[in-house]
Order: sequence, then structure tokens, then C-alpha cells
Amino acid sequence: MTDTRPVIAFDNVSKSYGGAAPVLDRVSLDVREREFLAIVGPSGSGKTTLLRLVNRLIDPTEGSVRVEGQDVQSLGAVSLRRRIGYVFQGVGLFPHMTVAENIAITPTLLGWDGARISARVDTLLDLVRLDRTKHRDRFPAQLSGGEGQRVGVARAIAAEPKIVLMDEPFGALDPLTRDALGEDYRRLHDELGLTTVMITHDMLEALLLADRIAVIRDGRIVAEGTPRALMNGEQDEYVRELMATPRRQAERLKTLSAP
Amino acid sequence: MNSQLTEALARLPAYLGGHVAVSVTALLLGLAISLPLALLSMRRPALRNVLLGAASVVQTIPSLALLALFYPLLLGLAALCERAFGASFSALGFLPSVLALTLYSMLPVLRNTITGLNGIDPAIAEAALGVGMTRRQSLIMVELPLALPVIMAGIRTAAIWVIGAATLSTPIGQTSLGNYIFTGLQTQNWVSVLFGCVAAAVFALAVDQLLALMETGLTRRKRGWVAAGGAGLALLTAAAVIPGLSQTRATYTIGAKPFTEQYVLASLIEQRLRAAGHSAAIREGLGSGVIFNALRAGEIDAYVDYSGTIWTNQMHRTDAGPRAEVLAEMAKWLMQEYKIAMLGGLGFENAYALAMPRGRAQALGIRTLADLARHAASLSIAGDYEFFGRPEWNAVRKAYGIGFREQRQMQPEFMYAAASHGDVDVIAGYTSDGRIAQFELVVLDDPRHAIPPYDAVLLVSPKRMNDEALLAALRPLVDAIDVTAMRAANLRASGGGGASPGEAARWLWTEIERRKGR
Ligand SMILES: Nc1ncnc2c1ncn2[C@@H]1O[C@H](COP(=O)(O)OP(=O)(O)OP(=O)(O)O)[C@@H](O)[C@H]1O
Ligand SMILES: [Mg+2]
Repeated sequence: MTDTRPVIAFDNVSKSYGGAAPVLDRVSLDVREREFLAIVGPSGSGKTTLLRLVNRLIDPTEGSVRVEGQDVQSLGAVSLRRRIGYVFQGVGLFPHMTVAENIAITPTLLGWDGARISARVDTLLDLVRLDRTKHRDRFPAQLSGGEGQRVGVARAIAAEPKIVLMDEPFGALDPLTRDALGEDYRRLHDELGLTTVMITHDMLEALLLADRIAVIRDGRIVAEGTPRALMNGEQDEYVRELMATPRRQAERLKTLSAP
Repeated sequence: MNSQLTEALARLPAYLGGHVAVSVTALLLGLAISLPLALLSMRRPALRNVLLGAASVVQTIPSLALLALFYPLLLGLAALCERAFGASFSALGFLPSVLALTLYSMLPVLRNTITGLNGIDPAIAEAALGVGMTRRQSLIMVELPLALPVIMAGIRTAAIWVIGAATLSTPIGQTSLGNYIFTGLQTQNWVSVLFGCVAAAVFALAVDQLLALMETGLTRRKRGWVAAGGAGLALLTAAAVIPGLSQTRATYTIGAKPFTEQYVLASLIEQRLRAAGHSAAIREGLGSGVIFNALRAGEIDAYVDYSGTIWTNQMHRTDAGPRAEVLAEMAKWLMQEYKIAMLGGLGFENAYALAMPRGRAQALGIRTLADLARHAASLSIAGDYEFFGRPEWNAVRKAYGIGFREQRQMQPEFMYAAASHGDVDVIAGYTSDGRIAQFELVVLDDPRHAIPPYDAVLLVSPKRMNDEALLAALRPLVDAIDVTAMRAANLRASGGGGASPGEAARWLWTEIERRKGR
């Protein structure tokens, strides 16, 4: 997998707001084709900022971001966004549209015909384990937090994007659903040959789902590697701490299940 | 009571038609201006502040004043147009009302649209861009629908404001439900006042409810409801406006200032014209300055004014002479300056006069203004809204050295009763007002002729100067009405009398015929 070309490439990217200290500080990071990259880091470290740079919700102060080899600055923001799926932190469903309309939004913008959209909505509802009849015509206010997040995921992949950016997509789900949906998504990612960047606070989730993990802190990538490498490698203080929790959990589980 | 109600009902088509036409036009115009401006200012905070500031300033101007201000403005503009293009437009009535009400409708629409759009959760706005909407699509598909309840609330507020304020367009010559209120107030016909208020309120409520129906339809996406609301509004407008349109425009328009005597005299002229087989209509409630300019411009064909008013307001004279001389000089001046024809006096004066309760005057030994001056420092005086700003008042003060303890402005109809009840000591009343006798007041003599004569005179517009039909209908009124007849007619048409101005005018005509016959 290491020899495939990067689908998303951050090249010395910095981002600052006003005169304040940069939110991102000379970040360089490649996401390869069909790769599932997890980004982990403390609150305010710049994770969402990094993701927004990809589909031009914001533009970098310095450096460049390339998608499929092209500098995003040279691409039209609107068409770029229509071919990149995005799950927003805090879901961001349109409150005046039904579940079906929310899911159908990007295909509608792309001009798909009605039958195709309708079929696609059904498929996606099944995929995110929502009930076709029960949930289809509800408004976001009538959904639980977890149901809303699933609609958010369905909306992101509705227009069959090759690249999916997810900002804490499973945060509000109960552990069982979260695990199941994570697995489901991972299968989908593999089947459709997607390239996924997922932000998560949950290191265990990152370790179990991702091909590679990037740890970001104070606007810098402090560690980067496969789950296995991160678990075993020599890391800086923060990363060691970050890995300690899942390791403790695993050991505890092991002792519990021992005869 | 019953006859007052039937009379009010008979006027409803004309009044409601005018009211709906002016308020709906203003509202639509206001929306057409405010909504795009609000959208334009969405991402321009500087423009937004300027707009909201300007709209707020407009709102602080009392609506009556705003309406009044547009009249001279348009008059000036019309004069410029006349000079530049040789053609002009009517500065009276519809146009100034629509413009003022349009301005008046802007603040709620602007403010609510701007706050509604600004109040949208930034996360939702970002999501709209994130799923691939253009700015325009985001506005139409997400931001406007989400801001809709707030925007509609603004539109509904504007509708209610405009419909309410449109009643105030009567004094600048726009027929509206305000005619009921202004006329009723002057003639103390409370049925008429109430009728006007209720009609305006019912109309406002109906519009509000139909807008609410459209709003619910839009948010719940029930196309039928939106269509029903829209159709209801269109129907309401059409039903109110079309009867007025189909009515053929009257050949002659008679102006009337906002007080009882003017309503009676305008009705009398209207009845004379109709009796001669012409169609005639009354533009009532026009202010002193408005009515003269309207005659000049030919927007009304004739009206009754008073020599003293023209003498001081138009000719800017501060001296005063004997009645006949004033009349002759004035007729010459009107013709020279404006080609306005003065047909002649009606035969009575309606002058300002200081009056007080007879008993009180006798007790204090007051017969003339000179006597009054000695006691004035301990007395209070009430006058109409004009009097204390008029040259006559200055002249009286100068001639007699009068200074009162207190000076109050009042609706003229209430002055006489106020004097009789002792709420004020002296009033600046009108000599032809029947209530001077009714309330046992005595008019104080003016031995130094400080107040000019106020002969009622018939004025005809330049356009109609040679219109024989009009002149023939008016001529029998010249020198035909003496002050006792006018007082009696005024008393009939005002509060106690219980007659409408039309009825009082009919009575006055029989009185004229009777006296002629004698
Ligand atoms: N529009 C903005 N203007 C100024 N500062 C901003 C703006 N957006 C984000 N920031 C700052 O940039 C930093 C990084 O924000 P970012 O949203 O990328 O954090 P994050 O890693 O996603 O945090 P979390 O895990 O809490 O979502 C924060 O300190 C935030 O306050
Ligand atoms: Mg974030």
C-alpha cells in the first residue's frame, strides 16, 4: 500500500487566524489511495482545521494541499466538495429537510434523476441501519443523537465519493452500534475502494479501524504510523500516554477472561 | 345612529378601496426594496449598519409627519418635472402616501430578514457549503427557509403597521379608512370614528391571518396552504380595489379641509353639481397648505377658503383692512399669481375669535380684547393646532399686549365644551361655529382690528376658470349664506346635531332657497 500515490497530500501547510499563533504549523502528511487514516489528538489541536483544508472550507495560510495530484487552490471549491464526502463534527443536518432529503442533497445538486436518488437513499438507510419506512420522512429533530450521526454518514457517502472525510462520526453512538457501524463502514471503505480520513477521540477505535494513525498536537503531527507501529514503537511522552489507555484496557480484559 | 351606520357603510367601497390600494402597493414596494437590500447586506456589515440605521431613523419620525413631509417634497419634484419635461404628476394623495408608507414598512422587513439570516447556526451554513452548495443554493435551499419564520414575522409586522398608518394618509388627500376617523372626529360622529377603526383593524387582521397561513404552508411545505393564503390576499385586494376602479371618475372634485363647516360646504357644492346633472366627488380632510396647492395644480376643481387664511398664509400680509377691500385685493392677487378664480364670498365670515363663557365675562367685566388683556395673566387659553403659530395671534398679542398664564392646543371640537366646563378660560374659536351659542360663550370684540376678516370664499382652479357648468352651479351660493344659517348647519352636522354633513348641506340649501324666496 505504501507505493500507491497520495490521494490527499498536505505539503508544509500552516494555518493561522489573524495574528495569533498558527493553528496548524507546517504540517506535511500524505493519505494514500484506499487508505483509512485516523487522526487523533487533544481538543483544539487542529484536527478539524486539517480536514476543512481538504475540501476548501478554509484555505491554508502557507503551503499547499493537493487532492488526486492537483492543488486544491486550482480547483473549483463547489465541484471539489461534491466529490468529497464530509461528515461534520456535530452532524450539521439541515433541520428543515427530512432524513431522505438530507441524504439526497449532494446527488440532487449533481442532478441525479429522482428514481436513482430514491433507490440510493434506500440503500444508504439500510447501510447505516436505519429503518426505511420509519426514518425516511422524519426531520432531524425527531432523531436520536446516534440516528442523526448515521444520517450524517449516509449523506456524506450518498454521491458515491471516492474520498470521505469524517469528523468524529460515531461520537454519540452507544458502544455496540458504534462498533457495528465502524465495522460496516470499514467494510464499505474496502469494497468501494474509498480513501477515508477519520477524526476520532477514541484511540481504541482508531487502532481497530484505521490502516494508519496520525497523532496531532498543538498544530503539529507528533507521531504517524500503523496501529502496530504506534503500539510498539518508541514514542514521545504524549503518544505513550495516549497508547497507555487502550493497552491497560486490553490487559484488564485479558485478566478478566483468563480462567 | 342607524342612519350614521348606513351612511358609513355606503362609503365603505370607496374608503376601503383607497385604503387597500395604497397599503398593498406600499407593502409590495417595501418588500421589493427591503428583501433584496437585506440579502445584499448579508455579508456586508457596513451596509447592514447603514440600512438598519436609516430605517430606524425613518421609524422615529411620527407616521403622520412622514406622510406630511412627502407632500411638499413631491410638489417640488412635480414642479421641476413640469419645468423640465412640460408634463407632471399628481403630488397629492396616492403617490406621497405610497412613498411614505413604503419607507415605513422597511424597518421590520429589513431587520427581521437580516437578523433571521444572521441567526442561522454557522454549523448548518458550513454544512450547506460542505455538501457542495453554491452560495446561491445555500441561500435558497437552506438559509432562507430556515430564516423564514423570522422574515415572515417582519412582513406581518410591516403589514399591520402600514395598514394602520394608511389611515393617516387622509390629510394629504388619499382616500382611506382614515376618512371615517378624521371626518368623524371633526363632526363628533363617533359611529364613524369607530367604524373606521374597526374596518382598518379587520382588514389588518385578515391580511395578518392570510400571511400566517402562507407562512405555515411554507414551513410545513403544504403548497395548498401557501396558494390559499396568496389567493386570499389577491382576492381581498381585488375585491376592495376593483369596485373603486370601475366607478367612473367624477367630473368634478371638491376639496374640503378637515372641519365640519368644510364638510358641509363641500357636500353642498357636490349636491349642487349633481342637481345640475354632473358627477362630483369630495376630497376631504386636506390640510390648509395642501388644499391650496391642490387647487393650483388642478387636482381639485373648487373649494371654500377664507380670506384671512389666503391673506396671511399665501399673500404673507400682516396688515388687515376692511372686508370688502381685502376681498377685492385678494381676488386680484389670486388671479395674477396663480390664475385662481375667486367666484365671490358666500356671505359669512368664519374668523378666529377669542371667546369665553358669558357669565364669566360679565363677572370680570370683559367685553373686548382690551378688557381681556388686563386679566389675561391669570387666565388660560386654548386654540387649535394652528392658531398659536399664526400671524393673527402675534397681531393680537402686539395690538393688546396680551399674555396668558397658560396656552394649550386642542382638537377644535373639544374647545367649546372645555371653555364651558371651565377647563380653560378663553378659547380661540371660530365665529361661524354653532357651539359658541350652544355653550353660551361670548365672542370678544376686536376694536383694533388685529384679526383680519375671514370671509368664506369660493375658489376655482385655473383649469376650471372658464368652465361654465361649474361656475353656473356655484354662482347661486355666492352671498347666499349668512352666519346664522351657517352656524345652524354646522351645529346640525357636529356632535349634538346628529346629522351627517350631507344632511346638514341639504338643510342649508332649503334655508338658502327659503331666504331667497322671501
Ligand atoms: N474561525 C476561527 N477563528 C479563530 N480561531 C479558530 C477558528 N476556527 C478554529 N480556531 C482555533 O483553532 C484551533 C484548532 O481548532 P480545531 O477545530 O481544528 O480543533 P480540533 O482539533 O478539531 O478540536 P476538537 O477536538 O475540540 O474538535 C482551536 O484553538 C480553535 O479555537
Ligand atoms: Mg474538531
